[in-house]
Amino acid sequence: MQQTRAVELGTGLFVFMGILALFFLTTRVSTFDAYSGEEGYELQARFDQVGTLKVRSPVSISGVQIGRVTAVDFDVEQLEAVVTMRIASRYDRIPADSDASILTSGILGGQYIGLQPGGSDEHFRDGDEIAFTQSAVVLEQLISKYLFSQGGGGE
Amino acid sequence: MANGIMNGLRRGLLEIGYSLRGFFGTFGAGQLFLLRILVNLPYALARPRLIIKQVYVAGVQSLVVIMLAGLFVGMVLALQGHNTLSRFGAEDTIGMVAALGLVRELGPVVTALLFAGRAGTALSSEIGLMRATDQLSGMEMMAVDPIKRVVVPRFLGGVIAVPILTVIFSAMGILGAWIEGVVVLGVDEGAFWSQMQAQVDLREDVMSGVIKSFFFGVVASLLAVFEGYNCVPTAEGVGRATTRAVVHTSLTVLVLNFMLTAWLLGGN
Repeated sequence: MQQTRAVELGTGLFVFMGILALFFLTTRVSTFDAYSGEEGYELQARFDQVGTLKVRSPVSISGVQIGRVTAVDFDVEQLEAVVTMRIASRYDRIPADSDASILTSGILGGQYIGLQPGGSDEHFRDGDEIAFTQSAVVLEQLISKYLFSQGGGGE
Repeated sequence: MANGIMNGLRRGLLEIGYSLRGFFGTFGAGQLFLLRILVNLPYALARPRLIIKQVYVAGVQSLVVIMLAGLFVGMVLALQGHNTLSRFGAEDTIGMVAALGLVRELGPVVTALLFAGRAGTALSSEIGLMRATDQLSGMEMMAVDPIKRVVVPRFLGGVIAVPILTVIFSAMGILGAWIEGVVVLGVDEGAFWSQMQAQVDLREDVMSGVIKSFFFGVVASLLAVFEGYNCVPTAEGVGRATTRAVVHTSLTVLVLNFMLTAWLLGGN
């Protein structure tokens, strides 16, 4: 009987340790993706060029992440890329004339959507489209532009 | 001359055929054995004491090995990561590198390998010895099904213990990385944790590791009880069964790890 008690106690402590370790892994080591389960609203934006923007890329305003890209699609009618993003609902007072641009974080970092707040009294609502957008900068296009301007200047 | 070559060829082909038949035979027998275990699960679940005993044997008694191994794997990850990453001035990211490596790959795989060595061997030699000393036949004679009474609780104990051990291994590894990185090598503590938190995703990284470890637990426990139960009932047979269980578990875990990783990463 004494031995069974020790076994049960040991097993209980073992399982408890496992739960503690899992708790440690979930709270200190990883972050639960706060922008997927949370309530939010969707915005759309059209770009000529999205670069390497992908689903789950962050959407931020003043450097603070407020949402994520949920879809990147190509509109065959208008020949433009359509990016759908989901913004957390606590950021529901973003001026409706804000503009969106695709930026790169760091030199090697991934691309994200940066919102620049406008001055309008109207706010974005679910399903709205961002009217003012600025496409991603593609390095090759930049270089070729530079080369062309160099050549033109010489003549 | 030509006859000799033909004969040799024929013998070689036969050899391959026999080993293939042996391989698939064992493979099929293992799956049938798993099926028998699953059918008898309700019986064991109705007797939780038997399972608790086996979780103790498989889990608690492997705990020290797992914790020590985790600690040192984490420390060496931090050391290696620091050595390489400091060339790019990115040593702040060692927390992230160590955590990702541990929760995604090293935690589940190394735990499964250690479990096969520490608890799997004990399982197969224990059951093998029961077979060799006719204890299993004795049970059958008393109308006690040894699958229900001996095999299923041990299998379940392993399946429950391995994911728990894996989580503990990963946590200890991160602690080890913290000790080596922050305390010894002087990486900034805030950067260590914040980089880690920013890059490790709960569902994609931590949970995929736990899912893997569950499969590894099934494989390691199944092979251990299967080899023990089906061993040749001699001293030599028990030894060979134990060796086979460890070797097969290690190989299966490594192959399965690749397939599971491909599957779990496939969604992205």
